[in-house]
Amino acid sequence: MSNEIAILGAGMHPWGKWGHNFVQYGVAAARAALSDAGVPWRDVRFVSGGATMRCGYPGYVAGATFAQALGWQGAEVNTSYAACASGSQALAAARNKILAGECEVALVVGADTTPKGFLAPAGGYRPEDPDWVRFYLGITNPTYFALYARRRMDLYGDTLEDFAAVKVKNAAAGSKNPLARYRKCFTPEDVAASAMVADPLRLMDICATSDGGAALIVSSVDYAKRIGKGDAPRVAAISTVTPTFASGVVEMPDIATDSAAAVGIDAHSYRASLPIKAYEEAGIGPEDVNIAEVYDLSTALELDWIEDLQLAPRGEAAQLLRRGDTAIGGRIPVNTSGGLACFGEAVPAQAIAQICELTWQLRGQAGERQVEGAKVGITANQGLFGHGSSVIVKA
Amino acid sequence: MSNKALAPAIEGWHTMGDQPRLIGTRCCDCGTYFFPKQNDYCKNPDCDSSEFEEVELSRSGELWSYTNASYKPPAPFVAADPFEPFAIAAVQLEKEQMTVLGQVAGGIGVEQLKIGMPMELVLETLHETDDEIKVTWKWKPVTA
Ligand SMILES: [Zn+2]
Repeated sequence: MSNEIAILGAGMHPWGKWGHNFVQYGVAAARAALSDAGVPWRDVRFVSGGATMRCGYPGYVAGATFAQALGWQGAEVNTSYAACASGSQALAAARNKILAGECEVALVVGADTTPKGFLAPAGGYRPEDPDWVRFYLGITNPTYFALYARRRMDLYGDTLEDFAAVKVKNAAAGSKNPLARYRKCFTPEDVAASAMVADPLRLMDICATSDGGAALIVSSVDYAKRIGKGDAPRVAAISTVTPTFASGVVEMPDIATDSAAAVGIDAHSYRASLPIKAYEEAGIGPEDVNIAEVYDLSTALELDWIEDLQLAPRGEAAQLLRRGDTAIGGRIPVNTSGGLACFGEAVPAQAIAQICELTWQLRGQAGERQVEGAKVGITANQGLFGHGSSVIVKA
Repeated sequence: MSNKALAPAIEGWHTMGDQPRLIGTRCCDCGTYFFPKQNDYCKNPDCDSSEFEEVELSRSGELWSYTNASYKPPAPFVAADPFEPFAIAAVQLEKEQMTVLGQVAGGIGVEQLKIGMPMELVLETLHETDDEIKVTWKWKPVTA
């Protein structure tokens, strides 16, 4: 396919709560990706960074910040901010540059340092800011994920045991990933014993925020062939579509959904719309997918994503889980990296980290986490204000 | 009883009294509702209207989903001391074809809620200041 690019290298800085400058994580991830690719830094002609909003001006111009830290060598730079989809938009910018013939090799990199303490909105009386309004009324981030989880229970018969099983599954996968922050295995009893945060979600159903970095070296297929890497995994599709009005699911930080009262307007689910373009662009269907990395902000949300990616009919993701289909060794393993459950959120890096995992899986280099014969992988991410992404990687 | 005056926690978002309603706007062209109010541009992709009328939204709807806050939310939430957990509801309004979040009326826990049950709007205290009781909208199961 003419719109494919090659993934030559993948690299990460281990995720945790290190408290260092984000640039250090990005540089470590970039150097790991360069070394994995066997590409000299001076060959990289485009540096595409995912921005961080939490680390001052260097974070707003992350592409330039990383290029300078790695040593200015005249490459062009780009910085993308798209909440949790920042990494995918940075990858899309690199792909455009490569497919336009303007460069052969690009670095895509994102890293973050999370602030200490609670990230709360500014004070005062600011009803024009939806984030201020919802916190004033006592509606926090877990509220939204708990509302979705409760619907699964009432509509599909999902149970607390199912949600705990997602945590147990992802913890088992993460325990085999040296890059993950949490590498401890848990039992269903451990999850059940953790504190209730937002009924039905407990502390262990919800992901933390982390420091971390992830990077990819991508190139034209021609370049990959020239350096003897013609069989490198390919980026086959990148979907970063916005939602379609009217959004029928209440999303953070809003206090209400859109209204679908106008003639010709229907309520839509944003999550479900994201992979549709990805499948079209890759020319494949969900039945071709072997492995998925999805945005498990909560255990129950992983089940929603499995259905949104059409890997199970609506309402049947928990049945896949119960059969062991989504575990390593199952029919369609999900979050073999351990997912956000084991990594925690590092906003500009997480969409890139998902592609790192798929790259290693498709090359057969995932060690104890290896999914036998994985040929096609898909990712899913969703952040604030209509930012989301789904990327398909093919062997 | 306190002799403090009742005042809306957020000015102009709902009517006062014992049959309270949320106040939104409606696009004069396509009929899309907005809560909170939208007066500048219509978000329907097929409509470029900038004319809106203020409307009171339906007082009741169906419970779309629910949860609770087991831990004290951070500021600007003003918590009672000691903190009392509260339930939270998302209620779907039929005519407006939209879902609105809010706390659930005091004393009602998640075990008393079920998706699809009819809910209605009430006003209750959110917190008190030195001279006012700040009230806000909350959702309450409709009792037959
Ligand atoms: Zn309109």
